[in-house]
Amino acid sequence: MIPGERGDLEQWVMTTRMADYVAWGRKNSLWPMPMGLACCAIELMAMVAPRYDVARFGAEALRFSPRQADLMIVAGTVTKKMAPAVKRIFDQMPDPKWVIAMGACASTGGMFRSYSVTQGVDEVIPVDVYIPGCPPRPEALIEGVMQVQRLLEQRAREGRQAAPDPRQAGMAGRG
Amino acid sequence: MPLVGKPVRRPGRPKFIAATYLLSIARGMWITLRHLFRPKVTMQYPEERWRMPDNYRGLPALVRDQDERVKCVACFLCQYVCPPKAIHIEAQEIESGVEKGPKVFDINMLRCIMCGYCEEVCPEQAIFLTREYTTVGLSRAQMIFPKEKLLAMGGVRPDPIRKWARLTGDRPERDGAVAAAGVGRNA
Repeated sequence: MIPGERGDLEQWVMTTRMADYVAWGRKNSLWPMPMGLACCAIELMAMVAPRYDVARFGAEALRFSPRQADLMIVAGTVTKKMAPAVKRIFDQMPDPKWVIAMGACASTGGMFRSYSVTQGVDEVIPVDVYIPGCPPRPEALIEGVMQVQRLLEQRAREGRQAAPDPRQAGMAGRG
Repeated sequence: MPLVGKPVRRPGRPKFIAATYLLSIARGMWITLRHLFRPKVTMQYPEERWRMPDNYRGLPALVRDQDERVKCVACFLCQYVCPPKAIHIEAQEIESGVEKGPKVFDINMLRCIMCGYCEEVCPEQAIFLTREYTTVGLSRAQMIFPKEKLLAMGGVRPDPIRKWARLTGDRPERDGAVAAAGVGRNA
């Protein structure tokens, strides 16, 4: 069939909105910044390795420079001493950026109810997705990356301002 | 101070043909080629997943017995033993008068480290670790699971001792139901 024939336009042309197109691109090329702080980082490595292979989701390019990354995976215990560094690295990442709190320590402090540990990295930087586990399995982390992809698409659709900001909701109900 | 142990020496420089590394390159490419035709190791995660063993320690959940009773009697042992203090319980009286029960039973899944101490310590076998391990949350509040959600996750596990039937003087009329329900995990 020749493109341009009457009635076949839908077959040959796909229309979209610019925001959706950009979101599609971003979604499939999330470059994680591996903020590996403890044992969770081992599972983070397993996620990138061939068995679980996060390259299938376009997130295999781990960038150790925050300026090249748009998804920070905080994997491990955020001590009070490390917290300023985490914040600084987050600030160095270009917008739009996303944060996954991986594991019990990064999400809430886990079993380290201690003077030296921040009770959740969301006391320092805004978190989009929380993953329970100690440490979470690589599949759980992939689930988290998929959740970020869904969030990204959803926010592009609704418009960033209109969407209820889960980062704010994340601050409530701590325990 | 005497040196303990013998350090490994760096291999010497290769000689002649080996110095061109052609053989090594060929050998390396042969390994690469061989792997092209081997079965792929990648697990296609969302479609394909591990079958976890029955004793896998995933998210904890509460269970009911064969008569749809909440097995938990709010003894607070799990709350006491929980290393990250992820469990919050408030007790209440329940109608039968035999036991008490939980009014509030919250588990903060983001605190939980899936150690299984709660399952181990529970005298009523009311809390179990399921095989669920891929739950993610968008907020902290969302990841504090209330009693209803935990019961829905846990499902039914029959009580072989039939404590309630003995304590309330009921005749064990539902033996058939026990056999039908089986003892398998329903996570």
